[in-house]
Amino acid sequence: MVPEPDNPQAAADRADDVVVRVAELVKRFDERAVLDGVDLTVRAGETMVVMGGSGCGKSTLLRHMVGSMWPDEGRVELFGRDLVGLTERQLDAVRKRFGILFQSGALFNSMTVGDNVALPLREHTDLDEDTISIIVTIKLELVGLREAADLMPAEISGGMKKRAGLARAIALDPEILFYDEPSAGLDPVTSAQIDQLIMDLSGKLGVTSVVVTHEMDSAFRIADRMAMLDCGRMLKVAARGEFEAIRDGGPTGDEVTDLIRQFLRGDSEGPLTERQEEDEYRRRILGAAEGE
Amino acid sequence: MALVGKQRNVVETLGAAAMAVFRYAGGMTLLFGETLRWSALGLFSPEVRFGRRAFARQVVRVGLRSVAIVVLVQLFIGVILSLQMTPPLRPWGQVDKVANIIGVAGFRMLGPIITAVVLSGFAGASIAAEIGTMVVAEEIEALQATALNPVRFLVVPRVWATFLVTVLLTVLADLMIALGGYIAALTLGSAGQPHGYWQRMQDQLLYRDFLTGLIQAGVFGLLISVIACHEGLKVRGGAEGVGRATTMTVVYSIVAIIAAACVFTMIFYVFEL
Repeated sequence: MVPEPDNPQAAADRADDVVVRVAELVKRFDERAVLDGVDLTVRAGETMVVMGGSGCGKSTLLRHMVGSMWPDEGRVELFGRDLVGLTERQLDAVRKRFGILFQSGALFNSMTVGDNVALPLREHTDLDEDTISIIVTIKLELVGLREAADLMPAEISGGMKKRAGLARAIALDPEILFYDEPSAGLDPVTSAQIDQLIMDLSGKLGVTSVVVTHEMDSAFRIADRMAMLDCGRMLKVAARGEFEAIRDGGPTGDEVTDLIRQFLRGDSEGPLTERQEEDEYRRRILGAAEGE
Repeated sequence: MALVGKQRNVVETLGAAAMAVFRYAGGMTLLFGETLRWSALGLFSPEVRFGRRAFARQVVRVGLRSVAIVVLVQLFIGVILSLQMTPPLRPWGQVDKVANIIGVAGFRMLGPIITAVVLSGFAGASIAAEIGTMVVAEEIEALQATALNPVRFLVVPRVWATFLVTVLLTVLADLMIALGGYIAALTLGSAGQPHGYWQRMQDQLLYRDFLTGLIQAGVFGLLISVIACHEGLKVRGGAEGVGRATTMTVVYSIVAIIAAACVFTMIFYVFEL
């Protein structure tokens, strides 16, 4: 499989700075393909936003990239290593090089915020408690939660939980940060603060970011490049500018572009909703036929 | 024709039930195997930590909270045994043998079994609820993403803490059953023949009565904790799933405890232990 020499995308993908590479990923649940041949590459230092409607496979894709789900077909490479076939120990070594911010923050509820951030350091380094406590303070300061170190997760708000989760995710100075719906369930101001944090972290620390979201405002704020996932297929991967052009331009008549345009603009009418109506109609007819 | 259909249904149902039991036992065996592997790594490999602090915390959590209830329940058991044994033994002039009977019944069986049943409700359900809630809150995924194995981090300390606590509480339980029996004998006055109670129990009891009880207690502790962790880790679907996991933990634990006790008793009988 030698890439075509005149294909600039392939040439770029072969470059050394690719840290995440997903190739022809297929995942089925009960024979239904949730991911159907997905390709995606993320280069070092960039912020890649993966967009898509609910149930389009975004979260499934993310779970493959972090090694908590395994592909039925295709490859998932982090730092040039295929995650499939790694031993537990090798996989853990890879895991220490990236961090994840979960949708709910996923703090360990039995520990204080500070202990949550300290846990990866206590478990994976030989640092003494004094050093760990300094690092924890620095990480919490980065996300603006220095005062909350001694609080329990149940005592803080949803936005604070996400920030604390972020502090824990960056405890081991990861090279890649994965974000699962970072603005879900947050008010617009808190959501904008989280976006600012994501940008700061990639700016200040040079971290590569992969963000899965369906919040368009947030997506356009933070993205360098964007990817549009629909029904388990990757419709388009391009720089933010191209998506902005689609959003701000008129209908093109091209089905894929118009579908992306509807999603980006959040219009209630367009190819997406037409398809939904068609599907429903088909299901009603088929359902009625099967019932007989 | 209808009968054939029905028969096949019965066979199918039985087959499906048997498969479910095997699958469950298989899942538990795998989890226990993983627990042993991580425990061994924790003890002997410098790269893996055993988590002494987590273990100590679980011992306190599972153990201390259960002390009072074990004392209470086992005192009652001793009283009940003593009061039930006295009348049938009286016509034979053997009321003094109550101490011997309570010794054997308590140390061999009732001490470990009732302690384990109490712990399955107390520790087992709370372990299942705790781990189940962690699953629902994405905490298990977060652990994995932090390169922390959930078996090593959550299951290992809970399994060994429950094991230790069940054994220790059984020692306490044995003493409480004996004490309960003595209290009942005392309240009966001379009809209960409390005089020489402790001496008769001591004469009757062999070390193996005590030890076979403790061996069983240890196995019961492992059963409870592995079932609880297994149920907790396979929680799906929110709070409802957590509730189901706690209920099933108690149900499966009690069935497993009594089945294991039966097997143990047969083995001890055959080998005259």
